Amino acid sequence: MTHQDTGRASEPAAQIDGDAAAAFLSHEGRPESLRHAPGPYFGDYGGRWMPESLIAALDELQETFEAAKADPEFTAQVAELNATYAGRPSLLTEAKSFAAHAGGVRVFLKREDLNHTGSHKINNVLGQALLAKRMGKTRVIAETGAGQHGVASATAAALLGLECVVYMGAEDTRRQALNVARMQLLGAEVIPVTNGSQTLKDAINDALRDWVANVDTTHYLLGTAAGAHPFPAMVRYFHEVIGEEARAQILEQTGKLPDAVCACVGGGSNAIGIFHGFLDDPSVRLYGFEAGGDGVESGRHAATITLGRPGVLHGARSYLMQDEYGQTMESHSISAGLDYPGVGPEHAYLADIGRASYEPVTDREAMDAFQLLCRTEGIIPAIETAHALAGALKVGQRLAADLAPGEQASDKVIIVNLSGRGDKDVATAAEYFDLLPDDSAEQEIAQEGEQL
Amino acid sequence: MKTLSSKAAAAVEKARSEGRAALIGYLPAGFPDVPTTIEAALTMAANGVDLIEIGIPYSDPVMDGRVIQDATVQALAAGFTVPQIYDVVRGITSATDVPVLVMTYWNPVMRMGVREFASRLAEAGGAGLITPDLIPDEAAEWMAVSDEFGLDRVYLVAPSTSQARMRSTVEASRGFVYGVSVMGITGARTSVGAAARAVVDDAHAAGAERVCVGLGVSSAAQVAEIARYADGVIVGTALVAALRDGGVPAVAALCKDLSTGTGKNPS
Ligand SMILES: Cc1ncc(COP(=O)(O)O)c(C=O)c1O
Repeated sequence: MTHQDTGRASEPAAQIDGDAAAAFLSHEGRPESLRHAPGPYFGDYGGRWMPESLIAALDELQETFEAAKADPEFTAQVAELNATYAGRPSLLTEAKSFAAHAGGVRVFLKREDLNHTGSHKINNVLGQALLAKRMGKTRVIAETGAGQHGVASATAAALLGLECVVYMGAEDTRRQALNVARMQLLGAEVIPVTNGSQTLKDAINDALRDWVANVDTTHYLLGTAAGAHPFPAMVRYFHEVIGEEARAQILEQTGKLPDAVCACVGGGSNAIGIFHGFLDDPSVRLYGFEAGGDGVESGRHAATITLGRPGVLHGARSYLMQDEYGQTMESHSISAGLDYPGVGPEHAYLADIGRASYEPVTDREAMDAFQLLCRTEGIIPAIETAHALAGALKVGQRLAADLAPGEQASDKVIIVNLSGRGDKDVATAAEYFDLLPDDSAEQEIAQEGEQL
Repeated sequence: MKTLSSKAAAAVEKARSEGRAALIGYLPAGFPDVPTTIEAALTMAANGVDLIEIGIPYSDPVMDGRVIQDATVQALAAGFTVPQIYDVVRGITSATDVPVLVMTYWNPVMRMGVREFASRLAEAGGAGLITPDLIPDEAAEWMAVSDEFGLDRVYLVAPSTSQARMRSTVEASRGFVYGVSVMGITGARTSVGAAARAVVDDAHAAGAERVCVGLGVSSAAQVAEIARYADGVIVGTALVAALRDGGVPAVAALCKDLSTGTGKNPS
């Protein structure tokens, strides 16, 4: 670990409300450290709710992953790719003008948007593609919603000489025609999924069906920190670099730990990656922002932790959007990357023990924050990320309203995980803000929900 | 594998005593509607099927191929809800002695509560559950509850199953062990591979008294081939397609044909 120890022991305990938080702070019934939780269980969550046919492949993956983690050659390979291909470390940028809208606290952006392919997703795909090679697999399959993880997977496959097949809802392949072309340019095959609700969850179903039939040659490159063990712990491992870098950078730039860390939560990979760096720093409050869609009272949202109930989907027990009979419900969000009715099991655990708080952010709040960041900082964020930015505005205002005597808002520090850039979302945003002339070709595309 | 008061075991043993492999037929509940499911199941029972398997339509059936997916999507779209499974089971068990196993993905059971789900299934006369996405490692609650209500628990074993898992899964099962014939999902296949025989042999070697083979079986010739080494043969997709295309009479005809293949010593 490269963590500096400065600040860790001397930080005052955070004031967090509620019994769960009290239990967290007293470490009742929990190991001393929350970092590096190995799975398969995170409290009552996680596990392997999977067909027997896939258990051997999950065992093989787990063994390969454990051996790789302990192999200096592998960790050096990951570090090398991160440094010379993905462009790590990513910057930590202070957003001074944006911060004026967040109660005047200091806001720092962890710039995962500057990574190759434009989001945090590259951290995970490079790691898993290397593992696929260690297992002697020649083919990777992936699911994708908006196309970000599909593009990242196709990129890693091209780099490492692997065959790549991406499952994508048929509706999405039409709406995201340019991302389909991007994957194809990178040599991947994109298979439109016409099953079930034809969304991201059905793309995962079809990827699992492919995996069962081709498991000898194929690795399933899951794109988020969900799914059966070892996926949640493994995907987190490859994203831990976000939190490690951010912690060292904020200590260097401000001399202290932040008061809060904010991230958006779809399946939860960028959030768990940055949270991990601060899990054992009780003074740092962790906030996950879920897609509130049209508003949680509307029923059209993807606020899984806020409104879901524990259940099993895609191999893990976690919070789940389900009806009274246990059928998975369709989620809704302006952001395709957050439009998933499940969430990674470690987040379910962190929510239950009160270590992290999860709140919904509506489409509208997210789009307002999207525009604000564009105008104040010259950075176009992904719409997924805009949910974290909207959340950070609220957190900043709360911190500023709750200052101790003698404290200034500018003494407070928030880090936002800027998980991706918004180039893919320009048409959606242009349509949302009514920037397109009525008869333009772009308008036609945007009305179909294109996220370029 | 415990044999105590297992309805599924009794059905397989009855076939064995007649020199046959058991024929097990699958249909999803509520396709095209609940009364037709019951009628089709009773028709299977009257035409050579020894054990009936009824599936609960579920939003995310990862082990199912297109034919069964389409049928279950249709059932859900037509308004099928999980508790109707008890109407289906009761409708069948009140009219025939052929036992009924319910095939279900796990989340609907979890959502209702494992104990409530099981007690209502027992009350409706059901034999137990086949659980395609529940492995014994995660099944502590179901193990206890199925003992309490005397329900069968049919787990799957696959060509990829290790010897250690084969032993523990056989040990955890009651009724029979479901041998997956190929690495894949449900759907008719022209041939059932050599892997199926190896799975059955391994499960027997691990102590299983009854191993039934499913996935991809669609013809009497395939039934005959599998009947030579397995204790039962499970047919799903072909029956669903028959019901879809030709209604209950087509189910009757297919069952009659399939049952000609179950002889252990074909002359
Ligand atoms: C930029 C960006 N951020 C966040 C997400 C949400 O995924 P996760 O919750 O796994 O970080 C996505 C998914 O596509 C994304 O593209």
